Amino acid sequence: MLTKRIIPCLDVKGGRVVKGIKFRDHRDAGDPVQLAAFYNQQGADELVFYDITASSDERNIMVDVVRRTADQIFIPLTVGGGLRTVADMRRMLEAGADKVSINTAAVLDPALISRGAERFGSQCIVLGMDARRVAGVSPVRWQVFTHTGADGGRAAGRDAIEWAALAVRMGAGEIVVNSIDADGTKTGYDLELLRAISETVSVPVVASGGAGTPEDLYLALTQGKADAVLAASIFHFGTHPISEIKQYLKNRGIAVRI
Amino acid sequence: MIAIIDYGASNLRSVANAINKLGYRLVVTSSASDIAKADAVILPGVGAAPDTVASLEKMGLVAPIRECVASGKPFLGVCVGLQVLFTSTEEGGGAPCLDIIPGKVKRLSCNLKIPHMGWNQVKQLKSHPIFRDVPENANFYFVHSYYAEPDDRSLIIGETDYGQPFASVIARGSLVATQFHPEKSGDDGLVIYDNFMKIAGVKK
Repeated sequence: MLTKRIIPCLDVKGGRVVKGIKFRDHRDAGDPVQLAAFYNQQGADELVFYDITASSDERNIMVDVVRRTADQIFIPLTVGGGLRTVADMRRMLEAGADKVSINTAAVLDPALISRGAERFGSQCIVLGMDARRVAGVSPVRWQVFTHTGADGGRAAGRDAIEWAALAVRMGAGEIVVNSIDADGTKTGYDLELLRAISETVSVPVVASGGAGTPEDLYLALTQGKADAVLAASIFHFGTHPISEIKQYLKNRGIAVRI
Repeated sequence: MIAIIDYGASNLRSVANAINKLGYRLVVTSSASDIAKADAVILPGVGAAPDTVASLEKMGLVAPIRECVASGKPFLGVCVGLQVLFTSTEEGGGAPCLDIIPGKVKRLSCNLKIPHMGWNQVKQLKSHPIFRDVPENANFYFVHSYYAEPDDRSLIIGETDYGQPFASVIARGSLVATQFHPEKSGDDGLVIYDNFMKIAGVKK
């Protein structure tokens, strides 16, 4: 039986791991390669590095971080943040990443998804999506946002569910769904959003943004119908070690790799 | 010396990293003479089988691979490196493969999500040195939409369930092939590579 995946996400800035609260106030949580090794030992099923600044100098640092990680750690590694071209993707894959995650660049140019999928295979191309609930409408809808760094982001003018379906048609092999409303709040994933996307697309869906307790992960995998859960602060600060979370999920009947 | 065949597969570096980590000497090569000289050969793979066959043909690697397997040299195929060894694949509307192992590569036809992506268990149908120190039902990392079905089902030594049981490890003589990625399967994956080196009698 295919197990549900637990994926720590390491936000990296200038070669160091940070974690934003609502994408702001970055705090330092260590060396990415060491943290990756630590999570691997704890039983992480995959790792995600997200380059949150991605100026060209820092991109070089990121390539080096990816290379040093891939030399030592033998679980899948996804790299995202600021990748705009097929050449950007190739650099990360050649450094040892197994998948690349694109977000804003795909919204601006959806054909980037198909160009990447044709060159590297759909299994390499992850669509990252930042979505926010549209206030005061019924039934509930979510809007896609880009440039979620400084000022809360910009509305992309796309419906989240439609965008997910289009991205899969264009060749995305996996979708990471990040709820801007929930991100960094530690009050749980947006389960309705997850479920709506999981029921729409044929590819794996990864829940992101909002995990505060092991139960939040459980709910994303059951009510949210997600195939994997991605989180940062719940793991980084040792609140809940990955091994403890996996045991908890197993006890609640979820198939996990222990 | 281990030869890892370089035809542009994107998991080449990961496979080389795993072998390096284990402390074996390796050469990443697309030269027929390197393949002929090697003690053991690994064919990595990610992506589409028809593209992989086309790349191998274009680079003149089909005959060296056939000779290598025919000579009984230890050979390990990984993921698409397993699939291309078969007679043909349904992928891309149907395409011939290398026909080293008689059988077909078919699309997974379950109601579950495709690709089959993530960690799943390998049931050991037969005792084989590639499984030495690997626990029964150990988890390995899979990413694929197609699976191989050998005409001779006795070649299947490991099986995995994804809506349907499918061959996840195949062995014939000194040829071994895995549908999963040992280089992405943590410690148990490294044990698979180490076992292959031991089968091949390669020294560190």
